[in-house]
Amino acid sequence: MSESPILKLENVTKTFPGVIANENVSFTVGRGEIHALLGENGAGKSTLVKMIYGIQKPDSGEMTLMGEPFSPSKPSEARAKGVGMVFQHFCLFEALTVYENISLGLSAAEAKNGDLRKRIVEVSTAYGLKVAPSQLVGTLSVGERQRIEIVRCLLSEPKLLIMDEPTSVLTPQEVSVLFQTLRRLAAEGCSILYISHKLDEIRALCSKATVLRGGKLVGSCDPRQETAKSLAEMMIGATLNKPVRELPEPGEIRLKVQDLSLDSEEQFGVDLENVSMVVRAGEILGVAGVAGNGQTELMEALIGERPCRFARQIQLDGADIGLAGPRERRAAGMCFAPEERLGHAAVPGMALWENTLLSAGKTNDLARGGLISPGNANRFASQVVADLKVKTASVKSAARSLSGGNLQKFIMGREIMQAPKVLVASQPTWGVDAGAAAAIHKILLDLAGAGAAVVIISQDLDELFTISTRISVIAGGYLFPSQPTEELTVEKLGVAMGGRAKEVEATRAADAAAAEPAHV
Amino acid sequence: MFKLVPRKEPNRAMLYATPFLAVALTILAGFVLFTLLGKAPLHAMYLIFLKPLTDFNSLAEMLVKATPLILIAVGLSIGFRAGVWNIGAEGQFTIGAITGGSVALAAYPDGGPLLLPMMAIAGALGGMAWAAIPAFLRTKFNASEILVSLMLVYVATLLLSLLVHGPLRDPEGFNFPESRLFQEDAHVPNLITDTRAHIGFLVALAAAAAAYVYLERMILGFQVKVLGQAPRAARFAGYSEKTIVWTCFMISGALAGVAGLFEAAGPVGQLVPSLPVGYGFTAIIVAFLGRLHPVGIVFAGLLMALTYIGGETAQIEMSLPSATTSVFQGLLLFFLLATDVLVNFRVVRAGERLAAPAKPAPAPLTPKPAE
Repeated sequence: MSESPILKLENVTKTFPGVIANENVSFTVGRGEIHALLGENGAGKSTLVKMIYGIQKPDSGEMTLMGEPFSPSKPSEARAKGVGMVFQHFCLFEALTVYENISLGLSAAEAKNGDLRKRIVEVSTAYGLKVAPSQLVGTLSVGERQRIEIVRCLLSEPKLLIMDEPTSVLTPQEVSVLFQTLRRLAAEGCSILYISHKLDEIRALCSKATVLRGGKLVGSCDPRQETAKSLAEMMIGATLNKPVRELPEPGEIRLKVQDLSLDSEEQFGVDLENVSMVVRAGEILGVAGVAGNGQTELMEALIGERPCRFARQIQLDGADIGLAGPRERRAAGMCFAPEERLGHAAVPGMALWENTLLSAGKTNDLARGGLISPGNANRFASQVVADLKVKTASVKSAARSLSGGNLQKFIMGREIMQAPKVLVASQPTWGVDAGAAAAIHKILLDLAGAGAAVVIISQDLDELFTISTRISVIAGGYLFPSQPTEELTVEKLGVAMGGRAKEVEATRAADAAAAEPAHV
Repeated sequence: MFKLVPRKEPNRAMLYATPFLAVALTILAGFVLFTLLGKAPLHAMYLIFLKPLTDFNSLAEMLVKATPLILIAVGLSIGFRAGVWNIGAEGQFTIGAITGGSVALAAYPDGGPLLLPMMAIAGALGGMAWAAIPAFLRTKFNASEILVSLMLVYVATLLLSLLVHGPLRDPEGFNFPESRLFQEDAHVPNLITDTRAHIGFLVALAAAAAAYVYLERMILGFQVKVLGQAPRAARFAGYSEKTIVWTCFMISGALAGVAGLFEAAGPVGQLVPSLPVGYGFTAIIVAFLGRLHPVGIVFAGLLMALTYIGGETAQIEMSLPSATTSVFQGLLLFFLLATDVLVNFRVVRAGERLAAPAKPAPAPLTPKPAE
């Protein structure tokens, strides 16, 4: 298929202060090829594509696009030469319409080229990417937002489309729709550089894979010929031991949430609707769902950042705690690890030992009679660092100086080492490398094994299937009743994850007069 | 030509160097200013920054001026750390002088050892009461404490004027709008004999020491810092924003009130309409110049007092305009805020491109390359 490669990289190197992000990376992407860029978090995938898209400049090495030297100094230059990119985190204004967002993302010349509104509709129908130009982005689901980003790229007729972890926010059903679109684009000769660490997806979609580890190229292969295990071992460079779930019979009810409704404080947030859950001692309840379906609000309600209306709406070991604040809930034996590490679970500018005071102050005697005990706090922080193998210069380093994964380990450690009766964690292993993720999973399993009730809110279905005893799905602020993990499949969950969204979508489609009737 | 690139961690050396850098730049700008005015710049600088240090009396006067500045700035700095912007210390200062001074006037002509402590407590309570207004409006209605506290300064000044024209006017004062001179026991004792320096300076130092303990060793002070740096983390930890806002206003109000009382019962000795001379505003500069750190504030307060004294000397000896001092203080704050950028950013030549996405977005793009 690749008679003349679209993109060719030769010995590309990029260093940041203290880190080599990419070292002598060379590979080629053929015409119409769906090429996977594989690697763990921090392997250098993102830096590499940022250089191709002109956000960063390589220190050395050469890039060639369609036979010509290629060194874009800014994204608009890369776009002009036919490179498009869909980011993992979308860059959309929620308060603007789809049309306004798209026209803002294009250069003046691109935007003026013909009737943009008409072209948006043409492109979106041609590729089965249903978007309605006049809808407000704030009202759209994550999957729909991604379609906007793709349409925006396709408008400039790219030769190479870069997709950075596009499926991390999609339901399994949405993923298969996306794959159809991508295959179709590839068949028309557009090459796709596909970044992911989800191996099954890559095996289903890509015809070639380049694997990065620690910034270096470790090999390339045809993912269709490999197994998920062999690919994983290429990525991490070691054999992988997944923790095994062996939990005792569930015991008494520890955490009970009944009919919890909560209006979101954000303009485009999700209101919780009659959320109920029961978690017993020794159980791990997984809460699956696409981002932005009420997980943030659920976490806030469980932490107690926003009190419930009635005390009985949340019960811990039979005691009503719905009106209690975070500190009272912690004193009663609950611990929390929210998704956002910097600024929510930790204060970026404060040292690690100071950050232990946020949640572990009471339980570990880090402060007594209103006075901080730096000695005890330092000792506790050092213990967390040692036990979780957190990479940091010392416990006096500021939280923001740690990489995302290391800080996550520290925060998980801080919470787990308080030996909670109930632990609620959101995205416990997001951005954490495979080895550390396995370690965190093991700790969570041990915690449940020792009789704690654990709630894991995660978008990573693999994670939930690995460690949860029961899984429920949150969609549009509604929590589906949980089912034992053994009785569930990814497909079943996917239907629930998208189901609620579809329902909402249907009413919206009826409301929106401008909505296109065409459906994928 | 040059551009600013965010640092990964704030540069500690810069953190301490910028106040000195700002002072140096202020002196440099002063040079240009005086040259343009046709005055000898070197001599002016000598008069402003060095002459006061060579003279015993001027040194004592420095302590007089530094006392209210340090007292107020220490209180303000705690609020500023929490993101509570009390700009109205001048008003709390004035009300403190009124309430504290009124105690003396009510007791007149009686005295006794308890009079001064009572006056100080009344002054603190007065400052707190005045600070309670913005605190209440912010916590209850989310009103901007910046505007409310600032506007109350003018109310307080007019209130003082009203009182000394009416109820508090000296009955034997030939209708001058000022109160009686306070009785002997209502005067703040001198620190150094034959000067105006009073024991208020020791109180200011004690307040700085207490603030240090509060911020570095106490959970309440820790909460203040968490709220200022990461409000969501404060919610996560379960700290009450309301309580913290109230505490900050009460601390800064009390200290400003005491400072006002010391001013009235110290160098001035009575209530006069011209009592508020801007210490409450200058203290904002002092707080930032001292890096919102109690120890830094003590030094910044002394430096700022120096510019007051030196500015006056220069005015008299070189017939400089009376705005000289204000210009210097303004320049100092300006340069301090300008050089502050260097703590969190570094300057690079525009040629070197370093991780600065022009487009498409300020939004976080992908996980950091470092792991």
